[in-house]
Amino acid sequence: MINELLFMNGYAVYVFSAFGFTLLSFLSLYLLTKVQFIKEQNKFVAKFGSLNTEQANSAKSQRINKEILADATNN
Amino acid sequence: MFKLLEPNKIFQLTSKAPKYVLFLFVVVLSVGLVEALILSPEDYKQSDAVRIMYVHVPAAWISLGIFSSITVLSISGFIFKNKNFFLISKSLAPSGFVFNIIALVTGSIWGKPTWGTWWAWDARITSMLILALFYALYLISWRIYENEEKVFKISTFITILGIINVPIIKYSVDWWNTLHQPASINILSKSSIHSSMLYPLLIMTAAFALFSLLIFLMKYNTELIKIKNKGLDRL
Repeated sequence: MINELLFMNGYAVYVFSAFGFTLLSFLSLYLLTKVQFIKEQNKFVAKFGSLNTEQANSAKSQRINKEILADATNN
Repeated sequence: MFKLLEPNKIFQLTSKAPKYVLFLFVVVLSVGLVEALILSPEDYKQSDAVRIMYVHVPAAWISLGIFSSITVLSISGFIFKNKNFFLISKSLAPSGFVFNIIALVTGSIWGKPTWGTWWAWDARITSMLILALFYALYLISWRIYENEEKVFKISTFITILGIINVPIIKYSVDWWNTLHQPASINILSKSSIHSSMLYPLLIMTAAFALFSLLIFLMKYNTELIKIKNKGLDRL
């Protein structure tokens, strides 16, 4: 059965190339998107850290900012 | 109704969803791969080469679906003056583009054993290549233009031009004499594909749809944080 799966009546090279290309594209897109996300998240945390107390309180009044900070801390 | 689509409210959901979607995607993809590579039967004509269908067809379907969604969202963004529609469109585009490339490359790999060539300037293949160019133009427009109003107009214009190509892709196999086979699956009439091949195809389509949802969520969150970064600069 394993031989059948690996040989695929002579079409294995085509089938595995197609599946391999697909999975590699998925992995590349996932990693690229993840890196971009982490980069922006770190930028946000760094910018937030540089705010004075008044600015930080003003920024924290927005719920989404608190969510981003909480999410960054959890990751 | 559009208040529910406000980024602040959506972020609460989108920031937590990716890990669950990723888990579901891995499960569905694993089942799909076993079905596609091991359990599904070989074709009486194409033998095992038919297995390429399980990645080629879902990729093509989803790239077409995403481009159509981007067009509808972009036009809706103008009609309802809602920037979030543009943000959703922008976040959908990368996975649509990658699925388009996957459809082209796996189609080319499938073409070699079945047609004897890697590429043919056939109506279906050429129109899919044109769709990839529209995707590329759309993504480039977001990179080139910094002015929000300008990029909204130009990206929408690109999608309106590109959507003309979508029915051409769909009906190219009926309108012209092409190497590409006609559709085997019809929603309105009886499909010519056997259920032993249809189910793995649907499972793989579900896996691909989950992957595009995952990328969309991650990209959308990135875009929201980018906007909030700009907001912090203004404080």
